[in-house]
Amino acid sequence: MGAAMESVIDIEGLSLTFTRDGQRNEVLRGLDLSVPRGAFIAIVGSSGVGKSTLLRVLIGLATASSGTVKITPRPGQRQPLALVFQDSRLLPWRSVVDNVAFGLEGGGLSRAERRAKAREALEIVGLSHLADRWPHQLSGGQRQRVSLARALAVEPEVLLMDEPFSALDAITREGLQDELVRIWQLTGKTVLFVTHDIEEATYLADRVVVLAGSPGRVVADQILDAPRPRRRSQSQEPDLVAGIRQHISGETMVDGTGI
Amino acid sequence: MTDTTLSSAPAAPPARPALDGLRRVGLAAAGLALFILVWEALPRLGLFNPMLLPAPSVIPAAFWAELQSGAWAAAVSASLGHYTIGLAVGSVLGLLGGIATGMSRLAEDMTSWVVRVLRPIPGLAWVPFAIIWFGVSPSAAVFIIAIGVFWIVFFAAHGAIRGVDRDLIEVADAFGFRSGHERLFKILLPAAMPGILVGLRTALGQAWMAVVAAEIFGVPGLGQRMIQASSLLATELVVVYMLTMAALYGLLDTVFVAVQGWVLRWKA
Ligand SMILES: Nc1ncnc2c1ncn2[C@@H]1O[C@H](COP(=O)(O)OP(=O)(O)OP(=O)(O)O)[C@@H](O)[C@H]1O
Ligand SMILES: [Mg+2]
Repeated sequence: MGAAMESVIDIEGLSLTFTRDGQRNEVLRGLDLSVPRGAFIAIVGSSGVGKSTLLRVLIGLATASSGTVKITPRPGQRQPLALVFQDSRLLPWRSVVDNVAFGLEGGGLSRAERRAKAREALEIVGLSHLADRWPHQLSGGQRQRVSLARALAVEPEVLLMDEPFSALDAITREGLQDELVRIWQLTGKTVLFVTHDIEEATYLADRVVVLAGSPGRVVADQILDAPRPRRRSQSQEPDLVAGIRQHISGETMVDGTGI
Repeated sequence: MTDTTLSSAPAAPPARPALDGLRRVGLAAAGLALFILVWEALPRLGLFNPMLLPAPSVIPAAFWAELQSGAWAAAVSASLGHYTIGLAVGSVLGLLGGIATGMSRLAEDMTSWVVRVLRPIPGLAWVPFAIIWFGVSPSAAVFIIAIGVFWIVFFAAHGAIRGVDRDLIEVADAFGFRSGHERLFKILLPAAMPGILVGLRTALGQAWMAVVAAEIFGVPGLGQRMIQASSLLATELVVVYMLTMAALYGLLDTVFVAVQGWVLRWKA
């Protein structure tokens, strides 16, 4: 825990405005967030507040209008960040194992080595038996798990996850949540987990960041220190959940009347 | 019990694909037989001058004689040569052009008017230039075939590349594959492959028509042999070559569809 103060991601004053047909849509304004190495941070907020946009800026799919994003990977890290998309986005012309191996290409590994690593990642998400299928032969939940395996396969230091489990049934979701916590504890990865499910956020994370408003910004940043393994039966801290809920909805209401 | 409600669910109508298939083949064969019968009857009953419409029964002998003389093999191999080279040249250039204009706005904008001027010109309108530039030679035939193929493949490739889902390109971006080369080979080409293959298959048929057209002007091959035969009123030979073309095209198309099915085996 000694190095916990060191940040792997530092976001300062991040603003982002989309311009389309001369219409400006300011999505994020003045967002600050510092992500300590090894943290598990959940980002919650209502739909359209800019959660996906924030992850897209981090992975380089969107460009900030202003502000700075500093990423400090451990030395020798080939790919510091990997993103699990909100929709699974598998490449339909690749078999499952080759989808998982996708991010490993161009890294000096042979095809066999890449596939071996991909199979390990599939093992983690419990889908090794589907390695040779085509994506269209998978269920939605299985696709999402392959997408997670694809991100894990590149052994990123930071795992960016955009509502990865929202399309799954409760049992699969809970299984994957526990699996994710296990992977996180095992590998010391940093996880930025976007969700709209507050229960999920408080079950998984050791910090919950609430985005709200239009343009979106951080309105609450709550440390959760409930011991692990956590209980799922009832929410660990009802007050906390209620508080977070208030932050999310309160801000949206203000925004609804304000503009 | 839930069991009883389940078992009383209406049974699906019995599917008999095997019998259905058999029925179809039977009907197709019967239709073909009828066609040949009518064709045979027309000249035999004197409804048609046999000089103008040879009966199907005389075709095998004509084919055999043509085969024996070596003319058939020579014509087929010459035409296949023009066809293959023209198809290859046109496809490669069309693919390159389509990919370039599909990937780059600059390339698309720069070529848009040129394309608009050249595209409507039918392949056969290039015959005068083909003959001026290449003489009555195999190269002229190849040139005419390649032009037709080029446009088909060009537009198919352009549209297919342009239509690739942006979401998939983002996957490559997210994993750090951002060069044009990586994008092309990891995402664009495989994603565009179904559209490109449709274009290539169309070109496969179009090029065959161009072969005949190009050779009618005297370049040795099937087309030229047909014209020779018709000027001698050897109509049965004309039919031999018509059927030869149909057979060759059918064969090529079948092979192509098989390859296409394998390449696109990932599709649902
Ligand atoms: N490429 C784009 N061009 C213009 N506007 C965009 C673009 N992408 C997103 N937006 C807008 O930015 C805002 C934030 O979108 P974003 O996808 O980040 O929301 P979100 O918080 O992830 O929502 P959800 O929970 O529904 O996924 C939305 O209002 C959206 O309409
Ligand atoms: Mg989103």
